[in-house]
Amino acid sequence: MSERSPHAAAADWREQIFIALKAAEIRQVGYVPDAGHSRLIELCQDDPEVRAIPLTSEEEGIALAAGAWLGGQRAALLMQSSGVGNCINMLSLAKACRFPLLLLVTMRGEWAEFNPWQVAMGTKTQAALELMDVLVYRVEQPEEAAETVAAALDIAFNGSLAAAVLLSQRLIGAKRWVK
Amino acid sequence: MSAAAERGLPRLDRREAMRVLLERRGDLLLVTGLGSTTYDAAAAGDNDTNFYLWGAMGGAAMIGFGLAVAQPERRVLVVTGDGEMLMGLGALATIGVQRPPNLSIAVFDNGRYAETGMQPSHTDAGVSLCGVGRACGIDAAYDISDMAALQDFARRLHGAGETLFARIAICADEPPRVLPSRDGVYLKNRFRRALGLDGD
Repeated sequence: MSERSPHAAAADWREQIFIALKAAEIRQVGYVPDAGHSRLIELCQDDPEVRAIPLTSEEEGIALAAGAWLGGQRAALLMQSSGVGNCINMLSLAKACRFPLLLLVTMRGEWAEFNPWQVAMGTKTQAALELMDVLVYRVEQPEEAAETVAAALDIAFNGSLAAAVLLSQRLIGAKRWVK
Repeated sequence: MSAAAERGLPRLDRREAMRVLLERRGDLLLVTGLGSTTYDAAAAGDNDTNFYLWGAMGGAAMIGFGLAVAQPERRVLVVTGDGEMLMGLGALATIGVQRPPNLSIAVFDNGRYAETGMQPSHTDAGVSLCGVGRACGIDAAYDISDMAALQDFARRLHGAGETLFARIAICADEPPRVLPSRDGVYLKNRFRRALGLDGD
């Protein structure tokens, strides 16, 4: 599936996010395959210091990150906005135990969306996270991506808090359905 | 009485089964699932390297997996119930792909949701957790219903070079509850300190 990005000249914001994850010593990255995260997933898979772990459902990642932290490693989770809905009860684990948690969420259903089924969760993603006391940061411009992720990593791991960075659909580029 | 017990299939006492798994635990790290396996572990003796779940149903196996990846020199055991495992069945597929050599998962299967009133679970109707584990690529998957097999599995926890899975048939009874701390922050911090990590 191809994408059209309005920011083709700044296509390396995904690589900048990866550099931020590495700088924060992220060692486990759980993900559900996703077009918007595909470059970042490849970078994680190719790095010998990072264990890239494909999940069947996003909620597995919340538990994965808790286990990693119990054992002294830092984890990050990559998911699409629809996957946030799959995490809700499992986020009680992070809250009850104050596990640090970082979610990087690619948005669907908010900008030039072709598929109306994505809109229901896409328009409620931020509210759902905030209902579970996850701190939410949004990235609209490619130049904001790395510093926003770095700031979210800081607050998550220094404060033992859950934080999510929403990568807007406008930033990622709407999925092209008709070629 | 469960359908399996009515059919006369052997089953183990859950407290005895937990005691056997932990009697020579050494530096084994333990994660237990929401419900009776948490009480069973507390009854066998509280330990700083026990992480008890009081919620997050379906998460026990993945917590054990993340822990096993983070602590490759230590053995990690997850003990959870059939209902808890059924809620997070996808975790077995995820773990089957990764197969960390230091992770073991034991499911105490009474075919019942004991916590909510002993309603039958899918395993009571014939769903095979051992079959699921094997189908997910966990080759060392055992269906255990007698003490000799359980003792053999307990020995293998410490030396196996592959992910282990066991479905352990237990009686559908409710021994008196032994309740460990429900303070998640306390449980997390003491676990990390026991591994020489900072609290928090």
